Amino acid sequence: MSDATPVLDCRGMRCPLPIIELARHIGEAEVGALVTVLADDPAAASDVPAWCRMRGHEYLGADGDAYTVRRRH
Amino acid sequence: MSTRGVSASSDGYFDAASTEPLHPAAREVLLAAADEGWADPARLYGSARRARMLLDNAREVVAAVVGARPDEVSFTASGTQAIQLGMLGTAAARRREAGDPRVVAVSAVEHSAVLQSAAHLARHEGARTVEVGVDRDGRVDPAAFAAAVADDTVLACLQAANHEVGTVQPVDEVAAHCAGRGVPLLVDAAQAAGRVPLPAGWSVLTASAHKWGGPAGVGVLAVRRNVRWRSPLPGDEREGGRVPGFENVPAALAAAAALRARWEEADAVAARQRELVDHIRARVPELLADVDVVGHPTLRLPHLVTFSCLYVDGEALVTELDRAGFAISSGSSCTSSTLRPSHVLAAMGALTHGNVRVSLTSDATRDDVDRLLVAVADVVTRLRAGLGAL
Repeated sequence: MSDATPVLDCRGMRCPLPIIELARHIGEAEVGALVTVLADDPAAASDVPAWCRMRGHEYLGADGDAYTVRRRH
Repeated sequence: MSTRGVSASSDGYFDAASTEPLHPAAREVLLAAADEGWADPARLYGSARRARMLLDNAREVVAAVVGARPDEVSFTASGTQAIQLGMLGTAAARRREAGDPRVVAVSAVEHSAVLQSAAHLARHEGARTVEVGVDRDGRVDPAAFAAAVADDTVLACLQAANHEVGTVQPVDEVAAHCAGRGVPLLVDAAQAAGRVPLPAGWSVLTASAHKWGGPAGVGVLAVRRNVRWRSPLPGDEREGGRVPGFENVPAALAAAAALRARWEEADAVAARQRELVDHIRARVPELLADVDVVGHPTLRLPHLVTFSCLYVDGEALVTELDRAGFAISSGSSCTSSTLRPSHVLAAMGALTHGNVRVSLTSDATRDDVDRLLVAVADVVTRLRAGLGAL
């Protein structure tokens, strides 16, 4: 992950809010670029990858509370 | 006490997986048995012998439907109590065996009563829980479950079918492996009993009468004759020493009557319900974008279906549908403090928020379902409208 990766700080938000934030801001990244979501609601561990699957983006994994996604389209 | 102002109708009720309204066959029997079966079935005089006979009749009926011998069946106070007694009693009986087996193997999608009982054994009996994962459809891989059952396994638990998504589990395959290893297998049949044929390879089977249209307060604990079981509670002679306290004979009899009636109509009801569930599974993605329809497409219970709607809070969905006159359950709603994200949906890799579990009573019709679907589409569309373009 480069320093240029945009980070959405959704700590303190309960799902589905982090997913809504992700959907709102994914378009700000270039196609092929990464976006990281910080989320401390445990539901994000299921819902970020599920969102990627449903919306056709790529889920790259989590590092603690940081979930990284690649914009695919 | 008055119940005026509280609707008794099951119109708009789509939460049969939580509890079914009382079956008409159970209502009659409950009233008759309250007059006939009130005496203490443990005593020796006439009225007591009558109560004992009624209780044993109930036991025979339940045993026949769940595939047990009557002397293997005990009535408990609930399905949860049956699971607790089944798990703790089976583990207790095995504690002095060679090797002191201590691992409890469970699927990751068991009912919370199973997971909580496993956690209790870990806290108080030095046990360790091994959770076996499921695939995207919520189904356990029998080979993966078998791999988790070894010489140090004290007990294995696999549900007949899942209570949140309806997926039927490969119990017979798992049972064969457990039998080969000499490990008892507890099968939680709460959602399946009275609806579909049950697997036969269990050591301990549990169920709950209010799920099949019997009264609340009656659970079933069946322990195979060749399976060792020791009470985890202080001694009591009721129910063959398995369940403490004075038996509720009228409720047990009503539960048995409901189960028999439910089982006699099971094929016809299931055929109707499967059509309705297939209709829901097909129609929901046509009505709404960004919906995850979950659970196995064919290996499933007839009466329940689950889908999750992206960006929507589960509690808001439940509340708005209630306002529109529909009762559904949601295994999600993370925004709320009352509902926690569903461990079942999480284990499946499904979306945990915006979840709708629709479960059909035996008299649900296509019109009922279509009215619900219109309401769901309307509520989800409205809830999403406040979010702008996503």
